[in-house]
Amino acid sequence: MESLYLLIPLSVVLVFLIGVAFWWSVRSGQFDDMEGPAYRILMDDDRPRNEPAAPQQKTPSAATVDD
Amino acid sequence: MSETQSNYNYKVVRQFAVMTVIWGIVGMAMGVFIAAQLVWPDLTYGIEWLSYGRLRPLHTNAVIFAFGGCALFATSYWCVQRTCHARLFCGPLAAFTFWGWQVVILLAAITLPMGMTSGKEYAELEWPIDLLITAVWVSYAVVFFGTIAKRTVSHIYVANWFFGGFILAVALLHVVNSCEIPVSLFKSYSCYAGAQDAMVQWWYGHNAVGFFLTAGFLGMMYYFVPKQAGRPVYSYRLSVVHFWALIFTYMWAGPHHLHYTALPDWTQSVGMLFSLILLAPSWGGMINGIMTLQGAWHKLRDDPILKFLITSLSFYGMSTFEGPMMAIKTVNALSHYTDWTVGHVHSGALGWVAMVSIGSIYYLLPRLFGKPEMHSVKLITVHFWVATIGVVLYIASMWIAGVMQGLMWRAVNPDGTLTYSFVEAVKGSYPFWTIRFVGGLLFLSGMLIMAYNMFKTMAGGKTEDAPVLAPAGHHA
Repeated sequence: MESLYLLIPLSVVLVFLIGVAFWWSVRSGQFDDMEGPAYRILMDDDRPRNEPAAPQQKTPSAATVDD
Repeated sequence: MSETQSNYNYKVVRQFAVMTVIWGIVGMAMGVFIAAQLVWPDLTYGIEWLSYGRLRPLHTNAVIFAFGGCALFATSYWCVQRTCHARLFCGPLAAFTFWGWQVVILLAAITLPMGMTSGKEYAELEWPIDLLITAVWVSYAVVFFGTIAKRTVSHIYVANWFFGGFILAVALLHVVNSCEIPVSLFKSYSCYAGAQDAMVQWWYGHNAVGFFLTAGFLGMMYYFVPKQAGRPVYSYRLSVVHFWALIFTYMWAGPHHLHYTALPDWTQSVGMLFSLILLAPSWGGMINGIMTLQGAWHKLRDDPILKFLITSLSFYGMSTFEGPMMAIKTVNALSHYTDWTVGHVHSGALGWVAMVSIGSIYYLLPRLFGKPEMHSVKLITVHFWVATIGVVLYIASMWIAGVMQGLMWRAVNPDGTLTYSFVEAVKGSYPFWTIRFVGGLLFLSGMLIMAYNMFKTMAGGKTEDAPVLAPAGHHA
């Protein structure tokens, strides 16, 4: 089964790379806050602007990313 | 239309979202057509371009890569922009992914009925198209990860991890499996041979299911379920664990497609073992998604989009339980090569993949065309019920047909001869194939309702890009 000589090393290298990605993400603080990110996507108002219900429609200053 | 950095790139999302519905109809119509061919074998009078063997790969390519692919492009481009608070990286390249992908689909629709195929399941397209797929996919990765790189928030939302994992894994799978030697413009042969080829093929095939049809759509689920429910995901921590557990274990499950073949026994057992392990992260994710509605179950009553999303999770749970069971060798001895497998695939493809995509696209369409909601919410409800009944008819009929076929094939008389000839099992399957055809037809009608609703929503809509919002209350 020569194809396994390709697939198994490939999968092992891949697991190693995934491990590196995991290590990086833990070290860089990606998983320090395990609550906030879930709420933050809800605070992103994506309703169309010209909809009367949206309160903060005419604030172009909010449109510029300032940090 | 403004192309400034302070706007999100909605154009490419809009294009992919609309094409999701169009290709959904085409791909599912193709499925209904070949289901009809099984019931009425003389349907096309033996015209070769319309034969089952040529249209079946067209059906699978159309639903997986055209319908599912466009849905993934649309939702990932939306999600990555909105959660990173940044405009999509490199607009022209994003446009190339759209047009390139459409060309791939068109070429598939031309070459497959003509009989040009490399003969590898879910990777039938010939080498020139494979090269184009590679170019589009690399561009997709550049656009996606480029947007991640220019994000204005430090945290990368979990859905983006799933989308990113899916993009990288599919690139690797496609390149390794499509390694082929061209002999002419329209014909190539695989670099691998015999059992080797089968192993590489199912390493690809299963991971195509695992990454294209699971990881990508889980990304969709982790963004659109909380957004539509208006509630944070049940456990963010569990979603992160879900991602890493899935990514670490999925790659190894492929050999379960080759039980009792020339593949070494131990490889089959490893494949079976990893398939069983996969049950844990899959169900963790399913429970996580459904429990997002905790304390807000009433929303399910009158929100048809949420109905689609939550039902898709139920089917995800069902098929990720069924899959590991079917990967057990003794169960596989009964189920392999029967319609049970077909039922299992459609439980995942219609119940999970299509429903979560449909729900997400319904979420996107009004936002993309500047409308408060879809033209008719009632029609979404109708779509939901038509689709659900269709899936249930499809799966139930295939279960019965599959188990019946398996039992008939293995039945032996006391003297050791087979009790049934093959054709008797075929004859016994006809009623169930008819029910399957009806189920598929219902699901297709649902898509037509969706298309009507979509065009009504698009009419008079504003196609302007929304401004990039400053991230709300984030720190660091």
